[in-house]
Amino acid sequence: MELICPAGTPAALHDAVAVGADAIYCGFNDETNARNFPGLNFSREEMRESIAHAHRYGVNVLVAINTFARAGNVELWQRAVDDAVEAEADALILADVGVMDYCAKTHPQQRLHVSVQAAAANADSIRFYVDSFNAKRVVLPRVLSVQEIAAITREVQCETEVFIFGGLCVMEEGRCSLSSYATGKSPNMDGVCSPAGSIQYREENGALVSRLGDFTINKFAKGEAAAYPTLCKGRYQTDEGCGYLFEDPASLDATTMLPELRAAGVAALKIEGRQRGRAYIERVVKTFKEVLSALDDGRPLPVDALRGLSEGQSNTTGAYKKTWR
Amino acid sequence: MSVSNSPVSRMPAPLALATRVLPLLPLQVLLGICLREIRSRHPRIFDRLGSHTGKRYGLDPSDLPIAFVLEPRRMNPRVTVVRTLPSNIDARIAGPLSALIGMTDGSYDGDALFFSRDIEIDGDMEAVVALRNAIDDSRVDFLKESVAWFGPLATPIERILRSIVGAQPAYREEMGVGGG
Repeated sequence: MELICPAGTPAALHDAVAVGADAIYCGFNDETNARNFPGLNFSREEMRESIAHAHRYGVNVLVAINTFARAGNVELWQRAVDDAVEAEADALILADVGVMDYCAKTHPQQRLHVSVQAAAANADSIRFYVDSFNAKRVVLPRVLSVQEIAAITREVQCETEVFIFGGLCVMEEGRCSLSSYATGKSPNMDGVCSPAGSIQYREENGALVSRLGDFTINKFAKGEAAAYPTLCKGRYQTDEGCGYLFEDPASLDATTMLPELRAAGVAALKIEGRQRGRAYIERVVKTFKEVLSALDDGRPLPVDALRGLSEGQSNTTGAYKKTWR
Repeated sequence: MSVSNSPVSRMPAPLALATRVLPLLPLQVLLGICLREIRSRHPRIFDRLGSHTGKRYGLDPSDLPIAFVLEPRRMNPRVTVVRTLPSNIDARIAGPLSALIGMTDGSYDGDALFFSRDIEIDGDMEAVVALRNAIDDSRVDFLKESVAWFGPLATPIERILRSIVGAQPAYREEMGVGGG
């Protein structure tokens, strides 16, 4: 299985190449990219140079243009497609059907992957992308069990890719409006969930209070692990008491599920975290290289090695081990 | 790693106490030289900071009785050593000195330090995120660059400083992870 690693900056891409990534995904520094954070991402020149560097070491680069084009301003997304093709991206990761249509018609030889943001969670929808735009791979949303992933992978005529580590959305990707509701900006249209400009932290009687827009998200007692200020992982006061209404703050770690994911026929394993630093990239990639090597050799898999890097310092297998049905 | 089992080193108490009485001017001069070197060697930092080059950042080592005000202006960047951070800063990043240094050279991931409560951030979050990303991409090795002007003595002095501060050595170049 191919190990797909994140890179938010050229330096992170270099590190990912050096520690053995099979492929790296990254994006331009604008709203065509679902990680549109200040100081992050690649200029056109940086993208060209970085792809050339990765290719020198036999590493593929997948360019994520995975937000939804804004009505009346599709040119920004089309130009991103053109520029990524010109930079010799090995694949484009797209979410918007209009952008996919443009890519398929304008650059028919360009390999096209369906982004997790497209929320293609069943064989019928994936077939649509394969038949309409010649999609070669789909990144499956993190709402499926391993059994469902196996069934879909058997049914479709393209490769499947799944997330194995990192930040975990609890809503179906590409369709979550919580950030828009709180801040007016969303990951789907603006490329940013919980934009930094709307976040506030303050110290209150020794506790850390986090706010997003007008909403208090959480209050962490002294010594309690902290989490991102996203509404989906907020802790709220209700008539029933105080607790995590949607989901606990935790990161996905599918290490223990890798044998089943391999048996399911998954082609590629993806690490989340383009917004994270080089230290994260290096440690996570190296750890999963070791895990995959242990898997190939039939050795026991190292477990829970990355908890310190996880949101809330807590991990979950998410929907992969779904038991509530 | 649990919150109570943090791997981040703290400055030895005697050294921290000594800093309380040491004059700040020599440190101020050294940091000014270092910042000018960083400006000339890592111009991409300022590109990534964009409009945030005009911000005032308070860097607050929680294990030292001093703090720093960083003004990363493109033409005339400045760092000021202070006993207490002024109120007119845009953003504050606080934590053990080794964590603050480790975030610059890529030894520590800033988000992980936040999750473990080893660092605190407040103020203008856009400015904080931009600074973090700009520095992470630049490969600034703050300790290494701050002693570079010692010439042949730079390496042993850097080693001593790392052992005092508790900062991890930058392994990346040895691993061939450089060149960004």
